[in-house]
Amino acid sequence: MLDQPENFVTIDGRTIGGQLMEMKNITLKFGGVTAIKDISFDIREGEIRAIIGPNGAGKSSMLNVISGFYIPQEGEVWYKGTPRPAMKPFEVARLGVARTFQNIALFEGMTVLDNVMTGRLNHMSAGIAAQALWWGRARAEEIENREKVERVIDFLEIQAIRKTPVGRLPYGLKKRVELARALAAEPSLLLLDEPMAGMNVEEKEDMSRFILDVNDEFGTTIALIEHDMGVVMDLSDRVVVMDYGRKIGDGAPDEVRNDQTVIDAYLGVSHD
Amino acid sequence: MLYRTAGQFKTSYKADQALFPVRQDAVLLAIILTFAWVIFPLTASEFAFQTLLIPIMIYALAAMGLNILTGYAGQLSLGTAAFMGVGAYACYKMITLMPWLNPVVAILLSGVFSAGIGVVFGIPSLRIKGFYLAIATLAAQFFLVWLFEKWSWLYNDNASGAIQVPNLEMFGTYIAGPQAASVTEYYVVLFVVSLLTLLCINLTRGTLGRTWKATRDMDIAAELIGINLMKSKLTAFAISSYIVGVAGALYVFMWKGAAEPNVFDIPLSFQVLFIAIIGGLGSILGNFLGAILIVGLPVILNLLPAAIGVQIDSAMVEHLNVMIIGSLIIFFLIVEPHGLAALWRLIREKLIIWPFPH
Ligand SMILES: Nc1ncnc2c1ncn2[C@@H]1O[C@H](COP(=O)(O)OP(=O)(O)O)[C@@H](O)[C@H]1O
Ligand SMILES: [Mg+2]
Repeated sequence: MLDQPENFVTIDGRTIGGQLMEMKNITLKFGGVTAIKDISFDIREGEIRAIIGPNGAGKSSMLNVISGFYIPQEGEVWYKGTPRPAMKPFEVARLGVARTFQNIALFEGMTVLDNVMTGRLNHMSAGIAAQALWWGRARAEEIENREKVERVIDFLEIQAIRKTPVGRLPYGLKKRVELARALAAEPSLLLLDEPMAGMNVEEKEDMSRFILDVNDEFGTTIALIEHDMGVVMDLSDRVVVMDYGRKIGDGAPDEVRNDQTVIDAYLGVSHD
Repeated sequence: MLYRTAGQFKTSYKADQALFPVRQDAVLLAIILTFAWVIFPLTASEFAFQTLLIPIMIYALAAMGLNILTGYAGQLSLGTAAFMGVGAYACYKMITLMPWLNPVVAILLSGVFSAGIGVVFGIPSLRIKGFYLAIATLAAQFFLVWLFEKWSWLYNDNASGAIQVPNLEMFGTYIAGPQAASVTEYYVVLFVVSLLTLLCINLTRGTLGRTWKATRDMDIAAELIGINLMKSKLTAFAISSYIVGVAGALYVFMWKGAAEPNVFDIPLSFQVLFIAIIGGLGSILGNFLGAILIVGLPVILNLLPAAIGVQIDSAMVEHLNVMIIGSLIIFFLIVEPHGLAALWRLIREKLIIWPFPH
């Protein structure tokens, strides 16, 4: 059903697929604070979908709703055309949703390799006995998944640090390792929360290239939050604009950039 | 030179994942195993078996169990001794109810009971962390020791309130109880400890180990990448308590020969915790290093002054022991949280690049 041609839309000459995820009238409150107010939008297969907006607009909260980390008070999340039942975050991850975090959330006591290997956990199913004996399926899985992980490591050009404990890495590399961990899961939807925050120009260029390559080579659907308008314009197929928990714009980058409401929101509120 | 790794290239991930990617490690281990399996049994005195070799291995095993839970999965526990007690009492009941049961099998099965109880007392970890969890495990500690005392069925209604290890036979030799030779007990302990150590090494380097470490390092991220925290924590409690329970059964059946409930009180919990901390949280090797230190130190303090002709009374030795261990704990907590194992890793790295410094 997803692959029916009528589901495909063409934006700026790029064809993207049917709806992978759809947020329907999401409202999320923290006590008195309404972080998200009645927002609806969709994420289509194969696209790069950006969520932008000033600080505190509710962007991270939205990703957390998609990840199942926050349960919205109102609204539904639809996945591949059906409403997603109440799920724990780990169950959402097992559906094929992987993510990175605004404040890096790596496993600091583990090496880069082990961190990226955790991305494969949902593809590994050997029982405890087999693991304890390092035998049969456990052993085969370990080798098989190591090969997959090494491909991701090559792709993101972090071979040299694979045996380094993550705690010792500089910020920019940590961001890259976090992306590697998410990619290792071979997600159908990749959520990136400010993947370029705090990076210098060169690191930003590298990261942009990786994001585009992931989307191109593996066809991975990506939803990303980003502050840098230039980056958003270059990367994304469609943009959702949020401000004070509301959606104030949704469309192709050019449309959104020239929209008066969006311009006002960006001029009226400081970016950082 | 000793630890030269040049020329040892890995041509496959399988080779890289081998237990000993560096050949010298395997050689070193072979030497240790030769000592443990051949040289010590041939040469050790009764005193060495009873004050060093047997207790070091049993304490190392208990610390390894605790380390799975605290060092790998990040769940603090102060109830180790009580879970050792569960293993010991379970073993006692099995041996007395089913005298035909092979004693080594009984010892290995006793961990199943402590694992079950460990899971029950691990349920609070799904809600609480750190200090509060430690207090909850302390409650388990008090409750279980109280139970060992009050539930007389556990010690077969003995007037003494203690459990007494009977003579147990296997293949025509006594392997436990008053008639058993130290060397036999030593071999049983060595076999069980070697077996469980191997299983632990495998578990901690594979999927489950990564799941535990992820839970320890950042539980929220762990859950968001697909880890079922409940399963991760409860398997850690189960496997940790299994090992601790087996260590408890060995403690009574292969070493002490008898035990009253208060043997499993808090001081033993702390002793095991200290071994894990000094040895290194999150390390398998560390448990052995820590146990060698904690078990060996009082023995050395007792023997050394006499050997060099100084007179120190035994109360003083006891004080010295406590002071040294106390300072070591503080030192390791502040300076090297990864304990003796980290110091060994450092020495090893230095040896690998020796004689060329960075
Ligand atoms: N866990 C939380 N508890 C209370 N308030 C929160 C929580 N998370 C976010 N908020 C609030 O929700 C609003 C949106 O936050 P967030 O989604 O982080 O914004 P953004 O990512 O767009 O900067 C902010 O006002 C923030 O203070
Ligand atoms: Mg944010």
